[in-house]
Amino acid sequence: MEPNGKVLYINYEKCTGCRLCELVCSVVHDGVSNPARSRIRVMKWEAEGLYIPMSCQQCQDAPCMNVCPVKAISRDETLERVMVDYDKCIGCRSCVAVCPFGAMSFDTVDKKVFKCDVCDGDPQCVRFCEEKAVDYVDARELGTLKKRDAARRISIAGKEAAVLLAQA
Amino acid sequence: MPLDRKIGYVDLSTGNIEIKPIPLEIRKKFLGGRGLDAYLLYNHTKKGVDPLGPDNVLLFSGGILTATCASATARTHVMAKSPLTGLLGSANMGGFFAPELAWAGFHHIVIKGKARKPVYLWIHNGEIEIRDAKNIWGRTVTDSQWAIRDELGDEEVKCAVCGPAGENLVRFANVMTGIKNSAGRTGMGCVMGSKNLKALAARGTMDIKIAHPTEALEFNKRFIDQIVSAKVNQTQGTLGTPFIWGATNSWGGIRCRNFQLNQCEYADDIEPERLDEIATETIGPYHMTGCFGCQVHCRAQYRIPSGPYAGRYDEGPEYTSQGAFGGEPDCKNAVTVLTGNHLVDQFGMDNLETGSLISWAMELYELGILTQKETDGLDLRFGNDEALLEMIERICYRKGWLGDTLADGGIPASEKIGKNSFDYLIQVKGMSNLHSDERATPALALGIATGSRGSDHLRSRPAIDLYHLPEEVLRKIYGTPVPYDGPLSSEHTAYEGKPWQVFWQENCYMGVDCLGICKYHTTFLGATLPNFEDWSRVLYYNTGLEMTPREIWDVAERCYNIERLFNLREGLKRDNPKKGDTLNHRYFDEPCKLGAPDVVGRTIDREKFQKMIDEYYEHHGWDSDGVPLPETLKRLGLENEPSHLL
Repeated sequence: MEPNGKVLYINYEKCTGCRLCELVCSVVHDGVSNPARSRIRVMKWEAEGLYIPMSCQQCQDAPCMNVCPVKAISRDETLERVMVDYDKCIGCRSCVAVCPFGAMSFDTVDKKVFKCDVCDGDPQCVRFCEEKAVDYVDARELGTLKKRDAARRISIAGKEAAVLLAQA
Repeated sequence: MPLDRKIGYVDLSTGNIEIKPIPLEIRKKFLGGRGLDAYLLYNHTKKGVDPLGPDNVLLFSGGILTATCASATARTHVMAKSPLTGLLGSANMGGFFAPELAWAGFHHIVIKGKARKPVYLWIHNGEIEIRDAKNIWGRTVTDSQWAIRDELGDEEVKCAVCGPAGENLVRFANVMTGIKNSAGRTGMGCVMGSKNLKALAARGTMDIKIAHPTEALEFNKRFIDQIVSAKVNQTQGTLGTPFIWGATNSWGGIRCRNFQLNQCEYADDIEPERLDEIATETIGPYHMTGCFGCQVHCRAQYRIPSGPYAGRYDEGPEYTSQGAFGGEPDCKNAVTVLTGNHLVDQFGMDNLETGSLISWAMELYELGILTQKETDGLDLRFGNDEALLEMIERICYRKGWLGDTLADGGIPASEKIGKNSFDYLIQVKGMSNLHSDERATPALALGIATGSRGSDHLRSRPAIDLYHLPEEVLRKIYGTPVPYDGPLSSEHTAYEGKPWQVFWQENCYMGVDCLGICKYHTTFLGATLPNFEDWSRVLYYNTGLEMTPREIWDVAERCYNIERLFNLREGLKRDNPKKGDTLNHRYFDEPCKLGAPDVVGRTIDREKFQKMIDEYYEHHGWDSDGVPLPETLKRLGLENEPSHLL
């Protein structure tokens, strides 16, 4: 199978803070509603209306992979993801401690670590997010998408500046 | 399982806490949320209970589907005897509190007694603790919540709180959660204040097992697609509820200058597009936010652009603030609406009641019934923005004669003001009307006259009556899940068939309130949105409970009848202008002055209105006084109420 080269792309500006992604994630993976079991979590600063979904970045040089003492964590290049082999995992939580994004969690009920597996290439959080604050895009296009957004902002700012100048 | 969520009983006088399961037979009869709250209220209070005394019972709940894979299951319901109306107190809010309560293991919290000093409840993974609130008492709505999070050391805690208005026993104080979500009618925050209860703080990490997860997810996806494809929800998701005020105002269906006009002219600055512009300027292009699991995201974010509160962050305004602080007092400035909205959000006070009462006082002031003596020197004329904002604060802190008087609610205020002030008070059962004017729409007028919590647009409003849907479409909607072959009219000014529509909508809204779903996800503003048939499936997929659409309808009817029994026990009489299924005389006597040709000159016809009431009672199986007949109670299994099963 060819690598699909897709990655989760989070555009937090679009996030409405509804947390449907958390619900869907825990139902898909565990058959329960429980954000504590969700691989994606929306971090909130309610006093200023700021909502930022956080999930695994599926790093190339993943700290969780490097720190694992039993080599239970590896990269799956086909789906551009980092996976945990539960037959090897000893539940030491070193990966939880080292992840710079807090994307590796520990399930206190099942006593095991868990992280985003991009739902085997069809991430359900993306499917349910109407706003596409969470999207699944070609890694090569990521930069282009960000460039388009930034270019649009620059263009709008330029026009606004021209209006202000004309009014002055 | 959703069905294993518990009821927590808390006695604030004794500190006693008891936790019980909810038996399956009770679930099948009342489901949860508002319906089960109504059962509990009727069973746990005695006739004539003092709304502000320790014997009043305060109920918080999520619906049976809260936090499950059904769309927008965010609603928290709050119930007690109302200190505003002396009848049923019932209010509902979105946000994230009810889901957190469910993850903490509870669907219902029953609060009795009165704490000796301020306290709050800490509800955490199956446990309830009463905690000291001395460091939180006196704080605003948002400050209280952030202080509780600091104290508990957990940013994920969700709170339902009362603000300063509740502490000061303003009779229409809200229960609130987050920045602006308000259980904002009938004074439930006032009941919290009377019990020295500052907040409920919930946090949970307990699984809610979904009965059939794959089916629940896929059905939810279909549900969401249906909901976001409705044009009305797309507009809600862009402009929020202000779009409704804008549309009805251009047609002539809103109140302006209390009830003098039915259209607010030259109101460009408070039109939805202008409010949207301010949100864009102060927040950015993505400024809409939503409640738990909801894809409609009808709530705007904004910062106040100028004035004494410039830069403050808030959410909304809903059309209620636009009506209450814009149209009704005739203050046509966006900054005034946004500031008024912010003040009531911080105080925890019903925007709708506050604005309505101030507009009423403005009319009395212009008529000379109130003078500068009563207003403590305030020039309370219509269109005086500063006076409006000043009055909001005076009511919350009971400052001055008029502030203190209005804080007691419309009817007690009218008795204190005297003269013919009551004639100008736009209320039903002691609660102020929404900013809408129902003189051109008999169906909507009947709805507010008969609503079980007093004048209200969220109890039974057949809003789709304004769309002039073809009769066959109406038959399809209103002919299920119980057959109906009586009259139905596409004409919004007609009286025919409207009692059935109101009756049907009552059951529909009771249905969502029992399930814990938002009304934007049912037949409220969108004619194509889900109701009984879909609920039957969504209930099964999530909880495993097998109920037909007809059985869910029966639950709704049963619960509505319990609310009726409660109101009758507390003194509701059909024609009583203060406690009845009535309207202010101006609906009958003063024709609409402005608006579209189908509005100008309209009044409600007294005789036809009474006929609608008769017919509405008949649909319910109530006698001509509006009392449920013995056979109706028997049919619904209510003949032994109060039955004290829970």
